[in-house]
Amino acid sequence: MATLKLEIITPESKIFDDNVDEVLLPGSEGDMGILPKHENLVTDLKAGELRYKRNGQVETLAIGEGFAEITGDSVAVLTDAAVREADIDVQVAEEAVKRAEELLKSNTLEGEELEATQAALARSLAQIHIKRRHRG
Amino acid sequence: MANLRDIRRRIKSVKNTSQITKAMQMVAATKMRRAQQSAIALRPYAGRLDDMAAHIYAHVGKDEVTHPLLQKRDVSGKTAVVVLTSEKGLCGPLNTNLMRDVLKNDDPSRVYVTVGRKGRQVLIRLKKNVIADFELNASPTFTDSKAISRFLLERFEKKEFDAVEIYYNRFINTLSQVPSRHPLVPIGAETLQVAKALGAAEHASNVAPKSEDRAKSDGPYNFEPDTLELLSKLLPYYVHLELYSKILESRASEHSARMVAMKSATDNAKQLVKDLTLEYNKARQASITNEILEISTAAMMMDQ
Repeated sequence: MATLKLEIITPESKIFDDNVDEVLLPGSEGDMGILPKHENLVTDLKAGELRYKRNGQVETLAIGEGFAEITGDSVAVLTDAAVREADIDVQVAEEAVKRAEELLKSNTLEGEELEATQAALARSLAQIHIKRRHRG
Repeated sequence: MANLRDIRRRIKSVKNTSQITKAMQMVAATKMRRAQQSAIALRPYAGRLDDMAAHIYAHVGKDEVTHPLLQKRDVSGKTAVVVLTSEKGLCGPLNTNLMRDVLKNDDPSRVYVTVGRKGRQVLIRLKKNVIADFELNASPTFTDSKAISRFLLERFEKKEFDAVEIYYNRFINTLSQVPSRHPLVPIGAETLQVAKALGAAEHASNVAPKSEDRAKSDGPYNFEPDTLELLSKLLPYYVHLELYSKILESRASEHSARMVAMKSATDNAKQLVKDLTLEYNKARQASITNEILEISTAAMMMDQ
């Protein structure tokens, strides 16, 4: 069966590099499922969850915003940050959410700080979301 | 015999200091290696980003692209200067040299963004126009650096300044770091090429067979959303990436400068201990000679 070569690259490291059967990406205009022999595509991604199926098993990662380049036999994902589901610590993520929400509520942030906090909030929420669903 | 005791005390304190500098030298060496590794880890990302930009360019043609980040504004405009210095001292003339370069090119229209305590101290003392100051922890992540570049891009879009330059210490090798200037915004051919060079190293090393595969599957590309919107999201990433790589490079410079400075401090301390020991032995010998003289004089007196 045809497979896709999935690469997940952050500026800090190459998180993932293996052949998978199927990838689900959080595209900026909606989630998209990628199967082998997909047409060539370049798109941007929003912070959310990336799922892939390897040997029949579905695994999930939380990723930040970024870009994806898709060809018939490969998917390259460039993102700011990526965390495997197993590595997500719900408590840490929840604390991060609380911190970010409080900061946003206090309205003292402006400009780049505001955006950075919002992005951090989205990332943490995505992480918690993944963990919750898979636990329950 | 107070002199003897003083010398002994000094020898001990110099020895202690040399142990500390020796330890700092080791730590700096490790940190330098880590900073270099992060710089290498950046290459695959840079290479891919270039690939994507290339696909988009292939689709729209380079001349059609007009984006505020690519356009040169009036030369006489305001320039924002990002000064990348270290948080801590004890790294030889690294920060001093960089700040000398910064101040040489200073003029009243410049505004400063400092990253690192040392640069901030100098610029604030001289009452320069510092519009922002960022502090980075020991191992800055891409997200940390992105906060800085995003700040710069926002202000650039609002036309608060018309260009951005980075001053940083370029890492040549462990022994030499050169203060350098690098234009960040507008994105010039230079920046696009630097990312390309970063990417090229990766491509040359391990993607040889893959590029064949890719050539096969290289058909027309689709873009979502459309090419121009995608490009306008992609271009800021060149700035993010560029700043991040410069931060990593100046980190590597800082640690290697510190390593060298600490090595020469350790060597100096060793030499000092040697000299002091010699002096100590001389003084000791002199005091013994004196004692013998006294005793023998006394004995001679007794004999008489």
